[in-house]
Parts: sequence; C-alpha cells; structure tokens
Amino acid sequence: MSYEITLLTTMAISVLFALSLNFITGFCGQISLGHAAFLGAGAYTSAMLSKAGVPFLMTIPAAALCAAVLGAITGLASLRVRHDFLAITTMGVGFLFVGIIRQQDFFGGEIGIAGIPGSGFGKVRFMLICVALAFTFAAFSLYVRRSWMGFVFKSIADNEDVTRVLGIDVSRYKLIAFIIGTGTAGVAGALYAHHFRFIGPDSFGFVESISVLAMVIVGGIGSVWGVIFAAALLSVLPMLVQFIDDYKLLFYSALLFSMMRFSPDGIAGLCTRLSSSISRRTTESDGNKR
Amino acid sequence: MTEILHVSGVTVRFGGVCAVENVDLRINDGELIGFIGPNGAGKTTLMRVITGIVQPQDGKVFLEGVDITNKATHQRIRAGLALAQQIVQPLRAMSLLDNVALACGGEKTHHALKSMWITDISSEHNRARALLTRVGLSHVVKELPGTLPLGYLKRLEVARALALNPKLLLLDEPLAGLSQKEAASLADLISTLNADGQTILLIEHNLREVMRICPTLYVQDNGKSLAFGKAEAVMSDPNVRNAYLGVSHA
Repeated sequence: MSYEITLLTTMAISVLFALSLNFITGFCGQISLGHAAFLGAGAYTSAMLSKAGVPFLMTIPAAALCAAVLGAITGLASLRVRHDFLAITTMGVGFLFVGIIRQQDFFGGEIGIAGIPGSGFGKVRFMLICVALAFTFAAFSLYVRRSWMGFVFKSIADNEDVTRVLGIDVSRYKLIAFIIGTGTAGVAGALYAHHFRFIGPDSFGFVESISVLAMVIVGGIGSVWGVIFAAALLSVLPMLVQFIDDYKLLFYSALLFSMMRFSPDGIAGLCTRLSSSISRRTTESDGNKR
Repeated sequence: MTEILHVSGVTVRFGGVCAVENVDLRINDGELIGFIGPNGAGKTTLMRVITGIVQPQDGKVFLEGVDITNKATHQRIRAGLALAQQIVQPLRAMSLLDNVALACGGEKTHHALKSMWITDISSEHNRARALLTRVGLSHVVKELPGTLPLGYLKRLEVARALALNPKLLLLDEPLAGLSQKEAASLADLISTLNADGQTILLIEHNLREVMRICPTLYVQDNGKSLAFGKAEAVMSDPNVRNAYLGVSHA
C-alpha cells in the first residue's frame, strides 16, 4: 500500500508541475525549456524554511512566491523575445539556476540538501494534499481557459502581433502567465522537497525541463485533461519500467519526436480525431441503412 | 471639421535609406482619404509610424490633438486607431465570430487581472455577429479562417478593425489580391462605412477603385509628400502622373 501511495503522490506532483508549464506554454504559447528551475526554486525555498523550523504548510506560499518572483524576472527578460529566442533564454535560466545552486554551499552545493523534515501529515494525508492541490490547479486552469484571460492567451498563442493590434497589452498578459505558471511550479517544488526529503541540483536540470515539456506535448499543448493524463502516466512509467528509468532522456526525446511527427496536438488531439472519425462513420452507416 | 490625425514632419531612416522624409498629413473627421504612391514610396512605413510599429527618427504623430508618438501600439489602438493589415492575419485557431468578439471586448481585456474573473461573452458575440453581417459574412460566422478564401478574410480584417470603434480606420491595401468583382464589392463597403461617418485612410494600388470611392487623395513618392487634395486635381498634377503612372510631362 505504501508503494501505491508513493506512486500517487509522485503522480500528483508531476501533474501539478506539468499543468504549471501548460499554463505558460499551452495556454499562452510561450515556450519554456528551463521550467525545472522554478520547481527547484520552490523546492529549495521550502526545504530551507522547513529545516529552519517553519511548518510545511507555511513553506508552500513562500515557495510559490520565490518561484513567482524568479518567474517574473524571467518573464520581464523574455518579453522582447519569442519562439526560438525565448526557448534559448528560458533554457539559459535553467542552466543559470543549476549553476548557481551548484556553486553555493548555502544551498548545499553539489551534495544538495538532505534530511528535509517530513510534512508532519503522514503519507496518506500528504498524498491527499498533493492530489487536492493538483486538482485545484486543474480546475483553475479549466476556469481560466473559459475566461477572457484565457481568450486573450489563446489569441497571443496564435499571433502576438495581431493581439497587439487589437489593443491588448500582450506583455502584461504574458507576464501574468509566467507568474502564475512559475508560482505553481514553486508549489510543486515544495511538495517535491517534502516527498523525496532530499533535493540536489541534478533534480532540477535540463533533463527535468525536457521531461515536463514532454508531458505537456504528449498530453496535447493547452489541453488540461491531456496533460493530466500524460503527466500521470509519464511520471510513474520510469518507476514501473526499469528500462525507461535507465534511458529516461532517450525515451522522452523519442516520445517528443514521435508526437511532433505523428500527432503534434498530442493525445488530446488524437482522441478528438478518433472521436470525430467514429461519429462520422456512425452517421455514414446510419445513412446507408436508410 | 475636427482634426483626427496629424502626422507632423515625420522622418524614418532604415540605415542609410530614407523611407519617409519630413512628411506632413492631416485627416479630418469623416474623411475618406486614398493614400497612393508607387512601390517603395513609403506608404506602409508611414502607416507603421502611425500605428507605432515603427518609431520615427524625427517628427510627431497626434491623434485628436494628443501626442501619441511615444505610445505603444496597443495604447494607440485604445486611443482610437484601428488597422486592417495588407497581409491578412486572422487568428486561425478561432472562429470568425470569436476573432471579432475578441476585438469587441476591449473593456474586458483592458485590465489583464480583471479579465480572469469575467467569462460572459454573449454581448460581444452579438455585436460581432452584427459586424460580420455588416461586412457580408453572416453565413460563415462559425467557420475557422483557414477554410475561407482571401476575399472573406479581407472582410474579416475590416470587421475586426470596426469592432474597436475606431476614430480613424487605417486600411492597408484591402483590395490587393482580390478579383475585380470582389475588389469593387469591398470598395463599395468601404465607401458605405465612410458614408456612415467612419473616418478612413485607405492605402491602395487599385487606382480605379480609389478614384471611384475616395474624394481626397494623398500621394507620396520616394518617401516624400507629392500631392494632397481633390482626387481629380491630384491625378491631373503632372508630378503625380510622372511619379506614379510613369507618364512624363513635356
């Protein structure tokens, strides 16, 4: 039972982390190749506060705030760049974060931070907190997509220049997407730190950024349900299949390549196409019977 | 008549090339001005200066007497400009109705954080439907732009620009790429909009339609103002005929 609880907790944290990237990349169309840095910012903030005696629940908003501030700075620096240049800028932020953490003894350097206190809630209740936070953010994402903010995000993802010509302050909307997305990654980081109770620079490197991007792309960029499914599946696959764990980067890269080649809109797009194909065939067969 | 736009002494250089040189232009409320000139005359550059996409090295742009030279594009749009672009750029993931509804929702998208708490779009959909009907697209409101021909998308650009309730509508070659029949029909629409009180600056190469619908012409050549005035008078100006039509005057 303990193993299943660990699996579910890992799943929930991954779902929250993937949804946070989906908010930036999926909703607002801003590619990020350094998203693990914000998971790391939240994890380090929460771990260090916990070790200083701050209760777990109070470290969550602090982790969100720290990651959101870092996200706002990245967002401000990224306002004038887009597409490939934005990808390189965010990748640079990811490398910069790991580089700084590695060099600072204050953050545990190469060794990282071990002995992070438990959440104090027990494994089951901690799992329930993780699941509740993941579903709360999923519900929030679904709501935002229906709101005028989501409408503008969709427009920015489609064409920034046209959105600007419609009198919309594109920079402000992009910045808000960055702040909400990175702040949520920070919350996921706080959960991550208290779940594994050990964090190091390698936990938040480029491989993690690519892994979470793979979850978003495989699920379907912008699709909340698709991303939940892909994040839940891809987060536990390495734990269930040793081969995938050994060749994680190779596996995720092959998956990304296959998705971009055969179904660029991910599992969500695949399901939509399948469902419309089935309904078309049903209509045709009904027509033939008549 | 109230002055809507005043472009004053605008100069734009790209490296060593002077695309627009010391240009002055005034547009009054209710006017329909045809902005013509040969390729490379600096028409689109001046349009970009007006909308804030290009910053001039010299000169100022005033909208209703207010200096907007240093304002960002979205601020100029909110101040009363609207642009229908030469190369159609619909939001391809949205239906025509949503394309126009987004432009109608200026009040709701003005404050980014407040926009998160608003989900009602029914009034914008109603207004968008009326605007699409006005430009002759009532039968395709639910269609995605990718499935429609160029003539429809040009009309969508106009509907989206009208949705912004502009004081000045800037139309950048709306007739380009259209058949003679489609161009005449869209020109009629532009003329009707002006008759209803809409102030319009129309950049266009289709002289036949420009002469038909525009009472006033502004001509630019090699980045410089060449002529401004009544259409017939401007077109009979030897300098204009020489520069624009390549007809030399003896």
